[in-house]
Amino acid sequence: MLIYLALASVLFVIGLHGLFTARNLLRRLLSLNVLTTAVFLLLVVIARKATPLDPVPHAMVLTGIVIAVSTTAVALALVERIALRHSPEPEPSASTRPGEEDA
Amino acid sequence: MGLVGQVFDALLAIALVWLAWQATRAADLFRAVVSFIVFGLLMAVAWVRLEAPDIALAEAAIGAGATGALLLSALDRLAPRRGRSWARVWRADARTWVLWVPAVMALAGALTAAAWQLPAPGLGAVATGALEQSGVDHAVTAVLLNFRALDTLLEIGVLVLAAVAVWSMGPAPAASAPVMPSPTLPMLGRTLFPVFVLVAAYLLWRGSHAPGGAFPAGAVLGAGGILMLLAGAQPWIRSAEHGPWRAILSAGFAVMLFAAIVGALAGGAFFEYPAAIASHAILVLEVTAGMSIALLLFAVYLRGEPHPAADTDRQRC
Amino acid sequence: MSWTELVGGLLVIAGMPFFILGTLGLLRFPDVYTRLHALSKADNVGLGLVCVGLGIQSGSPAMMLKLLLIWVLMLVASATGAGLIARTALARGIRPWSP
Repeated sequence: MLIYLALASVLFVIGLHGLFTARNLLRRLLSLNVLTTAVFLLLVVIARKATPLDPVPHAMVLTGIVIAVSTTAVALALVERIALRHSPEPEPSASTRPGEEDA
Repeated sequence: MGLVGQVFDALLAIALVWLAWQATRAADLFRAVVSFIVFGLLMAVAWVRLEAPDIALAEAAIGAGATGALLLSALDRLAPRRGRSWARVWRADARTWVLWVPAVMALAGALTAAAWQLPAPGLGAVATGALEQSGVDHAVTAVLLNFRALDTLLEIGVLVLAAVAVWSMGPAPAASAPVMPSPTLPMLGRTLFPVFVLVAAYLLWRGSHAPGGAFPAGAVLGAGGILMLLAGAQPWIRSAEHGPWRAILSAGFAVMLFAAIVGALAGGAFFEYPAAIASHAILVLEVTAGMSIALLLFAVYLRGEPHPAADTDRQRC
Repeated sequence: MSWTELVGGLLVIAGMPFFILGTLGLLRFPDVYTRLHALSKADNVGLGLVCVGLGIQSGSPAMMLKLLLIWVLMLVASATGAGLIARTALARGIRPWSP
């Protein structure tokens, strides 16, 4: 039990860190998905603490998974349009510092 | 099982943390996406360990399958940037190790401690007690389609909105042909599609008494459609012949809203079905919701409004 | 311990070396083609043994058929997947390794 609670918080921190620091939009989206998974994990672990297993958090997580995939789909479509708009640029300009990437 | 289970959980947790780190931090974007897909699959194992088989099914089908297909095809379209993605993403300097790593570990520890203090939710007994009036024998399905059907209605609404948003961004880009077409893939798509339909129907039927239901079923069917698309079949939702498809896309939402309003007009609360017809009502809702979810996932995957039919000899699926 | 449990357990254990060797091949082989070779061959034999073992242990024919269906689907999927990966690698100009 404690293992999964600790896993939820570590995943939460990893997702949050990625969301704030990633420059690539696709990477930021992956971080957001890791973050949502951490929240789902917390809900399910807490549901398991109740003596008759509580089905309500399970239903909430099922709903949440579908919401997460909808968000990801719309965000990916937006990222693609943004990339399409910027694609005529031939090469990344010299001002881009190494170790950085943008989308 | 005690010790073996603990060791298994610990190994699973370590693998999940490493994969999450790879998914957000790997230098290569392709590697990051593949790590995320494997992360989803291992999460499905974790859900089984946490006695949540419904979520395991949904995570494997939607979380890893549908999201993975979306991410991989997006990556394919963003391909010209791949050359640059080898840049180092994360550099650890002295300040990182002295300040940020301890701070982040303290935050994670505090979160764990706070989560440990949370009280256990107490709706399990209530839900189990009311199960007899709900029309189904599986508690999660009862919550999803009877006790808290409003959540499901809004969720399908969000999925419809997502499809509208994706289609409103312009016409769908042409499907990219495989670099070296394989003869096995189209055959696989054709022979496996009936299996996809069978599995979806089985999951839908199972949902009334065991883990399963409309969401995994819809996700499996949608994945079958995506596989057909990858195998070279032309998408059959086209502007010129949108008519029926638009209706089926929104049928899940419309039928659920109809059921809710009829229940309210008949003197009950919003989404209150009479106990006598509850199981039939739930069956109808599940079938329409499952079909809508399958088509919506497929529609979202097209990433734009489909073109009107241009070629005549296209494959139907 | 009944003989079904014993035979089932032995089959499951017999499947393990195939997974281990397949993983070893994935980690140690020099290029994508040889890795695919190791993975798609060894792992599928291992999975087949595990599925048959679990089916015998369960003692119900319906469960046995379900597990066998999983194995057959896995065989088809892994064969197609391995073929696709190899074709894509070849199309991108990755030459097969030669000693």
